Amino acid sequence: MSARVDITLTVNGERVTRSVEARRHLIDFLRLDLGLTGSHAGCEHGVCGACTVRVDGEIVRGCLVLAASLDGAEVTTIEGLTDSGEVADLQEAFVLRNAAQCGFCSPGMVMAAADILRHHPQATRAEIREHLSGNYCRCTGYQAIVDAVESTLRARREGAR
Amino acid sequence: MKWPAIGYRRADSLEDLWRIQAEHGAAAQVLAGGQTLLATLAFRLSEPKLLVDITRIAALRGIAAGDGVLRIGALTRHAELARDPLVARHAPLLAEAAPLIAHPAIRNRGTIGGSLAYADPAAELPACAVALEATIIAASARGERRIPAAEFFTGLLETALAPGEIIAAVEVPQATPATRSAIVEVARRSGDYAMAGLALCLKMEGPRVAAARLVFFGVGAGPVLAAGAGAALAGRILNGAAVAAAEAALAQDLDPPADMHGPPEMKRHLARVLVQRALQRFQPEGEAAA
Amino acid sequence: MNEIRTPESIGLSREDLPNSYIGRSVPRPNVAKLVQGRATYTDDVVLPRMLHAAFLRSPHAHARIVAVDASAAMQVPGVVRVFTGHDIAKVCDPWVAVLAHLKGMKSAPQHPLPLERATWQGEPVVAVVADSRAAAEDGVAALAVEFEPLPAQVDMETALAPGAVVIHPELGDNLVFQRTAVQGDVEAAFAAAHKVVEATFVTARHTGVTLEPRSIIADYNRAEDTLTVYHSTQAPHMMQGVFARHLRMEEGRVRVICKDVGGSFGIKVHVYPDEVAVAAMSRILGRPVKFVADRFESFCSDIHARDHRIKGRIAVDAEGKILGFDIDDLTGIGPYSVYPRTSAIEGNQVVNLCGGPYDFPNYRCTTTVVLQNKVPTCQYRAVGHPIATAVTEGLVDLAAHAIGMDPIEMRRRNLVRDDAYPFTSPSGMRFEGLSHHASLEKLLRMVPLARIRADQEEQRKRGVHRGLGFAAFIELTNASPFMYGIGGARISAQDGATVRMDPDGSVVVASGVTEQGQGTEAILAQIVAHGVGVPVEKVRVITGDTQVTPYGGGTWACRGAGIGGEAALQSALALKEQILSVAGALLQASPASLDIAMGEVVDKASGTPRISLSEIGRIVYFRGDTLPRDLAREFVQTRHFITKEYPFAFTNGIQACWVEVDTATGMVKLLEHWCVEDCGRVINPLLVEEQVRGGIVQGLGGALYEHCVYDGEGNLLTTTMADYLVPMAAEMPEIHVGHVETPTKETLLGAKGAGEAGTAGAPAALMNAINDALRPLNAVVTEMPFTPARILRALGTI
Repeated sequence: MSARVDITLTVNGERVTRSVEARRHLIDFLRLDLGLTGSHAGCEHGVCGACTVRVDGEIVRGCLVLAASLDGAEVTTIEGLTDSGEVADLQEAFVLRNAAQCGFCSPGMVMAAADILRHHPQATRAEIREHLSGNYCRCTGYQAIVDAVESTLRARREGAR
Repeated sequence: MKWPAIGYRRADSLEDLWRIQAEHGAAAQVLAGGQTLLATLAFRLSEPKLLVDITRIAALRGIAAGDGVLRIGALTRHAELARDPLVARHAPLLAEAAPLIAHPAIRNRGTIGGSLAYADPAAELPACAVALEATIIAASARGERRIPAAEFFTGLLETALAPGEIIAAVEVPQATPATRSAIVEVARRSGDYAMAGLALCLKMEGPRVAAARLVFFGVGAGPVLAAGAGAALAGRILNGAAVAAAEAALAQDLDPPADMHGPPEMKRHLARVLVQRALQRFQPEGEAAA
Repeated sequence: MNEIRTPESIGLSREDLPNSYIGRSVPRPNVAKLVQGRATYTDDVVLPRMLHAAFLRSPHAHARIVAVDASAAMQVPGVVRVFTGHDIAKVCDPWVAVLAHLKGMKSAPQHPLPLERATWQGEPVVAVVADSRAAAEDGVAALAVEFEPLPAQVDMETALAPGAVVIHPELGDNLVFQRTAVQGDVEAAFAAAHKVVEATFVTARHTGVTLEPRSIIADYNRAEDTLTVYHSTQAPHMMQGVFARHLRMEEGRVRVICKDVGGSFGIKVHVYPDEVAVAAMSRILGRPVKFVADRFESFCSDIHARDHRIKGRIAVDAEGKILGFDIDDLTGIGPYSVYPRTSAIEGNQVVNLCGGPYDFPNYRCTTTVVLQNKVPTCQYRAVGHPIATAVTEGLVDLAAHAIGMDPIEMRRRNLVRDDAYPFTSPSGMRFEGLSHHASLEKLLRMVPLARIRADQEEQRKRGVHRGLGFAAFIELTNASPFMYGIGGARISAQDGATVRMDPDGSVVVASGVTEQGQGTEAILAQIVAHGVGVPVEKVRVITGDTQVTPYGGGTWACRGAGIGGEAALQSALALKEQILSVAGALLQASPASLDIAMGEVVDKASGTPRISLSEIGRIVYFRGDTLPRDLAREFVQTRHFITKEYPFAFTNGIQACWVEVDTATGMVKLLEHWCVEDCGRVINPLLVEEQVRGGIVQGLGGALYEHCVYDGEGNLLTTTMADYLVPMAAEMPEIHVGHVETPTKETLLGAKGAGEAGTAGAPAALMNAINDALRPLNAVVTEMPFTPARILRALGTI
C-alpha cells in the first residue's frame, strides 16, 4: 500500500508537483504543502464551510477532498481568486459593509458568494441566503454579508446595461 | 481529526477496479464523491486501508433517456441531478429532491451512487428511488445485477450490495402525464438531514389515484414505504377524506425510533403532517385543507 | 495643562470637524486582509522545529486513571514524546479558581493533565507530541490507557442531595457557591399582591463554537530562558501572568502574542488545561509546540455556559406595578471552577441582574452553583444577562397577560424613569444613566406595531400563528476591579495606550485591549486620529503583544471602547499637546492658539494651516539642533485609564422579535427583529450595529437551536456540527438596529460597551414572541432551546 501519491495540478494558475500522503485533505495540502494559509479548516467534516475552495471551476469542501485525487485538477483558493480580480467588487462591498469581523469564515464565504455571482446573477435576497446557508459565520449574523452580495449583484446588473 | 493512514489508488475503468479488488480484497474501499466516506474518516469511525477512486470511470457517468427509462450513472453529482433537463423532464422528483441535499459545495461532489450505497435513513435519494420504483444496477467482477429499489435497502446503513459490488447506475421509469410526484421534509435548517420527510409518487387515472407510493425518510432504519397509506389512496379522488384515510393508515405503516429531535410520537405526527402537505399540491381546488 | 478638557472642548460632539471620526462609520482597515485570505491566525504560524500536540481525552464522565502504557505510541512514526499528568506536574503548578469576594466559594485544585482522576468526558488526560498533528493523533490512537469508571454526578438537581456523587470529597459536597440578595420584604409583598405569577425557566447548556478553534503555539527558548506564546486569546497580559506563575518563570520572561483571532465571545478568555499543558511541554522539550483544538474536541473542552434552571415569581398590584421578584436559580457547572474568572460569576450575575430594567421595591434572588461531571462552564458572551433577561421579561409578559394588560403598557409603568438617575437597583447595581423609556419609544417608532398586530389577527383566522415579543435589558460593560480584582484575581480592569508620532507625521498607537473581529483596532485608530488631529489612514494600531503594548486587560465585558478607548484618547490628547508645544516654539505662537487638523498644525481661530506634522517631525527627529535646548520633545505619550466612580458602566436596550410558529410541525420561523441599544457615545455606528446583529443571532442560536446534550451517564451526545445546530444564513431574520446615546460622564469619550447587548436580550424577545403566537392555544414555553418537540409538547400534540 503506497502511502504517498505523486500529483501534478494547477493551483492559482501555477503548476505544482508534490508527493502527498494519501490521507492529506486538500485544505492541509494547501496550507502545509503550499503555504496557502487563506483556506481554513473549521470542522473537518464538511459542515461549516470555512474550507470552501474551487476545484475544476466548482466550489467544494476542501476538507472532504483527497489531495491525492487531484492529479490534473485546477484549484483556485482565495489568494488566487483575489489576485485574479474576479470578485474585487464583492470584496470591496465586504469592506464597506463590515461583512467580515473575525474573518475566519471570510475566504470560504467569499468563495461561496463568488459562486452566486457566477451562476446565479439574478439571485434574490432569499436565494442569496439559501446559497450561503452552508457557510457558518458566528460574528456577523449574516445580514451584512447578504447586503454585500446583493449590492454587488445589483451593481453588476446595472453596470452591464 | 486527521484521517488515519490510508492508501489511494485510482481505477480508470471497471476492469481496473476488479483487478484492484482482486489484489486487495476487503481492504479496498470504493471512493466516489467522498462527502460521507471522508467525513467518517475524520471521526476515525472507519479505517479503510485502501481507497479506490472510481470518479474517472466513464462507464459510471452519464444520463440517458430511452425505452421508457431514464438511466442515471452512479457518478452523477447531486448538482447535476438538480439541473439536468432530462432529469427535470423524466424524473422530476429527483430534480425536486436534489436541492434539498446539504449545500451547493457538497452537491457538487456527492453522487447518487454514493447516497444510495450509504443508505442514510434520513437521506432523500433512497426514499425517492423507492417511490419511483427505480432499479439499482449493481456491477461487480462477476457481472451485473438488477435490484429493485424496494429490495435494495435492507437495514440501518445496510444495502443488498454484495462485497465487492458497486452501484453502476440507477434506472428510473420515465414520468408520464399521469405521474404526480412531490418531496416534502421538515428540517431544522436548510440542508440539514430531515427530522421526517416524504417522497411520493402518484399515478393518476383521470381524477382518481390509480396507485400511490408514499415513502418516508428520517422515520426508520431506511426508506419506509407506507403501504397502508398508499392502499388507502388507491382508487380514490384526492379529497380531504382520502388524505385523512392515508394519515390514519400510517399508524400501521410506521414504527419510528426516538432521536435527538424528539420521541417516536413526534415523527408519527410529522409524518401525518407531511402527508397532508404533500397531497395538498394535487388536491382539486377548494379541497385543500386549511 | 491649563484647559480642563470636556467632551465639547475636544470636539467630540462636532461632526463638522474634518477629523472628527468619533461617530462615523469608517470602514475597518482590517477587513481587506480578511476577505483576501491574507490574515495570519495562530495556526498559520510555523516555527522551526515545531512539534504538534494531540490529546487522549477521557471517554468517561468520571474515572480513575489506572495505568498509562505509552510504549506502542512511542513506536508510531513521527511521535517524539508522551506526557502524563505526572510529567507535566514536575514543571507546572495547579490552580484553584475561586474569588475571595464570592463568599464561601470553593473549588478543587486543577492540574493541566489530571494526576489520578478524570472528571469530565473530554478532559485531556495524556498528551502526545509528534512532528505532525496527524502523527500525534496516530500516537494517541496507539496509547493504552486503563480507566476505572466511577459513578458520575450529572444532574444538577440532585448534586446536593443525599446520595449525590461528591466529586471532590475533600470539599465536602458539590456546592461551589451560593448567594441570596434580598431587598424589602418579598414574603409580605407576595402575600398581599393582587396577582402572583410563577414559572420555571430553563436555559440549556450551550457553547461558543468560535469558527477558529482554540489555538496555541508555545515556544520555550532554553538559551534565553524565555517563553513566547502565540495564543488565540482575548487577554494576553493575563495569560502572560498565568504561564509565568504556573510554570515558575518570571513574568518578564514570558511573552504572549495574539495574531488574528477567529472569534472569541468569551470562550477564549479562560485558562484551558490543554493549553497550559502545551506550554509546559514546550518548557520541557525546549522546542515550539503547537496545539489547535479540532471541532470534536472543541465541543467537549471549550467552556460550556448557561446551564440553569430558574424558578421565578413576580407579584404585581392591580395597576400592573411590579411589587417584587422572587427567584431561585440553580446552575450546574463542571467538576472545577474555571480559572481565573471562576464559574460562579454567571450565577452571581443572575442575582445581580434579574429585574434589571425595572423599579420595584421587593427582591429576593438566590443562586446555587453546583459541580457536575460535565464540561466545565464559564463566562460566555453576555454572561448571565440572557438568563436574567429571559426570566425577568418572561415573568413580566406572563404577569401582563394575567391581568389583561398590554405588555408594552406594563413596561411603561415599570421601567426605571429616564430622569431617575443615578439609581441603585434592588439587587444593588448602580446605574449612572440609562434610557429605558427613550429606547422603548424609539423601538416603537421602528416596529410597525399596528401593521403587525393587524396581520397577526388576520393570520390567526387562517390558522397561522404569528407572535411579537419584547425584551428590555440592561447590560454590564467597562468592568472595574469590583468584578475580579477585589477577589484576588490578577485580571486588569485598567488599560493603557501609548501613542507616538513618527517623522513623517504618521501616528502609531499601542494598546492593551485586543481585536477578535469586533473592530477594536478600527475604533482605536478613529479615537487617536480624532485626539491627535490626523487622517485616520495615518494611524497604525498595535495590539496583542505583551512585550510591546502597555499592560492591559484585553477585551472582555465590552471594555475595548470604554476603557481602552479612553486610554487611547487621553494619550492622543497628550501627544497633541506635546506636538503643539513644539509647534508653538517653532512658530513663536502660544500653543493655546494652535490646533491640529488633518495632519497640519493650524491657527485655532482661523483654521489657517501653519506647519505640517511631517515638517515638525523632520525637525524634531533630524534637526533637533534647531530647537530650544530645554524644549521637551518626546512625541510619545502613554496614559492608563481605570473607571473610578461606578463598578460597571451599565448600558440598556430593548428588542422586539416577530415570529411565525408552524403549530403543525413546531418549527419557528424568524420573521424580523429589532433592537434599540444605548451604549453611550457611539464611536462607529456601523461596527456597533454589526456587533448587535451578530450578538442577536448568537442569542437566537442559544434559544432556538443550540444545546450541549448529555445522556444519563455524562456522555456528551452533541459532538459534531451536524448534531450541535448553530444559526445559519437561511433561517436568520433581517435585524434593524437603532441607537440612543447616553454617554457616561466617567470619561471624556463617554463610550460604554456594545458587544454583548444583542445576546442579552434576544432569547427573551424570542421566547415572548413564541408565547405571544401560542397564547390563543393556551400553550407556553419556558424551556430553551425552543425545539419543535418542546413546542409540540406545549401544544399537547405529543
